[in-house]
Amino acid sequence: MATEHSKSSARLMIAPAVFVLLVWMLVPLCMTLYFSFADYRPMRGTFDAWIGFGNYASFLTSSSFLSSVMVTLQMVAGILLITIGGGVALALLLDQPMFGQGIVRILVIAPFFVMPTVSALVWKNMFFNVDNGLFSYLWKFFGAQPYDFLSQSPLLSIVVIVAWQWLPFATLILLTAVQSLSSEQLEAAEMDGAPGYSRFWYIILPHLSRAITVVILIQTIFLLSIFAEIFVTTNGAFGTRTLTYLVYQRVLESQNIGLGSAGGIVAVILANVVAIFLMRIVGKNLDT
Amino acid sequence: MGRITLDKVQKKFGEVEVIPPLDLTIEDGEFVVFVGPSGCGKSTLLRLIAGLEDVSGGEIRIDGKPATDLPPAKRGLAMVFQSYALYPHMSVRKNIAFPMKMAGMDQAEQDRRIAKAAEALNLTDYLDRRPGQLSGGQRQRVAIGRAIVREPAAFLFDEPLSNLDAALRVGMRMEISELHSTLKTTMVYVTHDQVEAMTMADKIVVLRAGNIEQVGSPLELYKAPRNTFVAGFIGSPKMNLLTGAIADKHNATTIGIRPEHLDVVESGGTFTGRVGVAEHLGSDTFFHVHIPEMSEPMTVRAGGEVGLRHGDTIHLEPRAEHIHRFDAQGLRIA
Repeated sequence: MATEHSKSSARLMIAPAVFVLLVWMLVPLCMTLYFSFADYRPMRGTFDAWIGFGNYASFLTSSSFLSSVMVTLQMVAGILLITIGGGVALALLLDQPMFGQGIVRILVIAPFFVMPTVSALVWKNMFFNVDNGLFSYLWKFFGAQPYDFLSQSPLLSIVVIVAWQWLPFATLILLTAVQSLSSEQLEAAEMDGAPGYSRFWYIILPHLSRAITVVILIQTIFLLSIFAEIFVTTNGAFGTRTLTYLVYQRVLESQNIGLGSAGGIVAVILANVVAIFLMRIVGKNLDT
Repeated sequence: MGRITLDKVQKKFGEVEVIPPLDLTIEDGEFVVFVGPSGCGKSTLLRLIAGLEDVSGGEIRIDGKPATDLPPAKRGLAMVFQSYALYPHMSVRKNIAFPMKMAGMDQAEQDRRIAKAAEALNLTDYLDRRPGQLSGGQRQRVAIGRAIVREPAAFLFDEPLSNLDAALRVGMRMEISELHSTLKTTMVYVTHDQVEAMTMADKIVVLRAGNIEQVGSPLELYKAPRNTFVAGFIGSPKMNLLTGAIADKHNATTIGIRPEHLDVVESGGTFTGRVGVAEHLGSDTFFHVHIPEMSEPMTVRAGGEVGLRHGDTIHLEPRAEHIHRFDAQGLRIA
């Protein structure tokens, strides 16, 4: 397999893919870096190629930066909490033998195939709408005042929408993990006198820990860049402005490309910090 | 105390009857081995006793108390699984402590029992390791340790040695026998290996298709197999089962002669044949002898240094007192 010849031809063959990927990544990154040190406001016709760290200073010191980081963290934490909790519960349920198992499992994955924009619109107009959303009808049915989710608890609403989208992903990964647990271990625990909840706590949950860390890692990386759901529902108002959304506002609403690029670089750095941190946890979990 | 009584116990999976109604008594302190070919229902029977499967009919009593509807944990039995079923994320100490923790035993007593079990099983140096860091034999001992600390009424072993290599298997066989003689607790042991059954058991239960073919001490089964199945299953190498004219001579449908009960003679003899494969084990030599009037080769045990080679002619004489006779139904003729 690994002769000198096959190695070099393998390198030759993956070269185009590596090249395209590099260009795809590096060009935008380099341009962002370049703009982040420039005072570039196209609508005013300002372009000063080098202003040093001015953009970074004003982005980091603005009051919206810290709040956006906090909002991002809250949002990600909330979504992770719901998807992991719900995912474990659904995985355990779907592992039970039942009628129509195959169809049910496919249906469970369905939300993952709905585009973020579409799902946010569906939730906004069909569930959360005060006048004719399903929740309003439900509230009215029980004689309660309809609740305006998107303006009363906007952060929670977005968390619910995104969690709904990512729940299938978590469920799927956790389901495969649940299925890989040897039944003899559970039987041994049963013989050892462990009731159902102890078996869950001492046997199933530790067995799932690896899958849970993988889900957390992957989801966090994707969730840090949530955009469509916020754009469609609240437009970043009512304390739902995440770091990603702040960058968008700086570039498109304030038309300040330099400031936005600086924000983008800050976001990249923060995301990498989070990723390295998570990778270490995963690595630790994979060791044992 | 650990006397287990099965009274017309029956198990069906859907329409398929895996175990037809079956009666069996396991006396306190006995080492009972369930043996049979794969798929004979021996593991299912063990799981019925453990409570991991529900019986479809009949009753199980442990120490005279009905246990049929008790959950596994309440039966006071401990089980050692084929895959050991250790908890991979817990240290050896925590693995062994788990059943006691579940029973809510106080910490001092737990520590005392763990220390005692670890000492008995040579695990003291490994208590803080994870199962993944142990060898097969050590894992097996941890699984046994986890069973011992509960001080159960009886131990159930489900093919515990089948994942070990041959040398380790012999060692663990001794250790389990040793354990039985020190603890004097009832043990029920499932295996498909008749050597394990012969060497360890006080009482062997031979099963075929869920039916008990014969129950008895190893020597009883060896000396007086009740039918051709038991005759062929117990003993290594297998008993030669012969039919036809030679059987008619003994007024039987089938006769059985064990390889060790055939003598190689210089000339004459009842059987004359050609030596096929010869297995030299040093202490013994097993010859597969092709005899013209028989379809299957006969197995013969000879001494370690017999100068016969492939293709040589061999003369055999069975020892008359060791010929087993079976009738048309395969049952032993006394």
